[in-house]
Amino acid sequence: MAKLTLDDLRKLRDEKQKAIEKRDPSNKDAQIIVGMGTCGIAAGAKETFNAIIDELDAKNISHVLVRQTGCMGLCHSEPTVEVIVPDMPTVIYGNVNAEVGKQIVNDHIVSKRLIDNHICDKPAMDIVR
Amino acid sequence: MHASVCDIIADLAQNAIEADATRIEVDVATDPAEIRVRIQDNGKGMDERTLAKAKDPFYSEPGKHDRRRVGLGIPLLMQTASAVGGTVDIQSTPGKGTCVSFTLDARHLDTPPFGDLPETFLGLMTFGGSYDLILTRTTPNDNYTVSRSELVDTLGNLEEIDNLVLARAYVRSQEENLNL
Repeated sequence: MAKLTLDDLRKLRDEKQKAIEKRDPSNKDAQIIVGMGTCGIAAGAKETFNAIIDELDAKNISHVLVRQTGCMGLCHSEPTVEVIVPDMPTVIYGNVNAEVGKQIVNDHIVSKRLIDNHICDKPAMDIVR
Repeated sequence: MHASVCDIIADLAQNAIEADATRIEVDVATDPAEIRVRIQDNGKGMDERTLAKAKDPFYSEPGKHDRRRVGLGIPLLMQTASAVGGTVDIQSTPGKGTCVSFTLDARHLDTPPFGDLPETFLGLMTFGGSYDLILTRTTPNDNYTVSRSELVDTLGNLEEIDNLVLARAYVRSQEENLNL
């Protein structure tokens, strides 16, 4: 890869912007939050985070905000990922390696389907509410 | 022990972000013999007593994590440095910030692999809040500096997936073109 300058980056961004404008311009209504405390980092949260970014990019999904946060208190199940999608229960997934990260994008974000065997917390309360 | 030097860097920089720092400088220098890292923040800092406790794996800052009784970031660093003949220095002043510096013997068999710095930096840029993160990477023959604020200025934000991908590509291009 050639060394990029900030001007190169600006041009690439402008080119991408044109493509973004052709896609659904609706606001970001979903969030994927990756836990990156000591426990998450040790369990591979950086790889999970980058896999999620790559999958969202590959699928041209632009309505999702991806964030990092610290330890969510579920160190036994790291890497942990919280997913917030309108009209779905807020879910924390555990043991989310890069593959499961991609599955979150395809199943939870795209197909609106929970990944049952990785759910750690929160859905019951949200469903009751 | 963390799996890579970048994991250690991510852990310490994340501590700085959680300490409400608005400016975090991460200096990473490598040469064939040594890895030198310095993470300086202007966060809330620690007094001597808290700093001593931060080195204890069975201590976590009250209120930082509900019901959690361990804090392993700094203890893991100290364990790694001790195992490979490295050094750790932590200077902190309440209200002014903290500076963590460490060195690792690059040739020691048990020194973790360096890891992926662009991926690490991308992750560290996406915590919530308005903080600047400045990465300065140095080798004996070359260097580069990248900051979160210049990437935000150039790209508009670091929330669009496309922008995150571009930001990572930018940092990766700097790293891959380093004259080692």
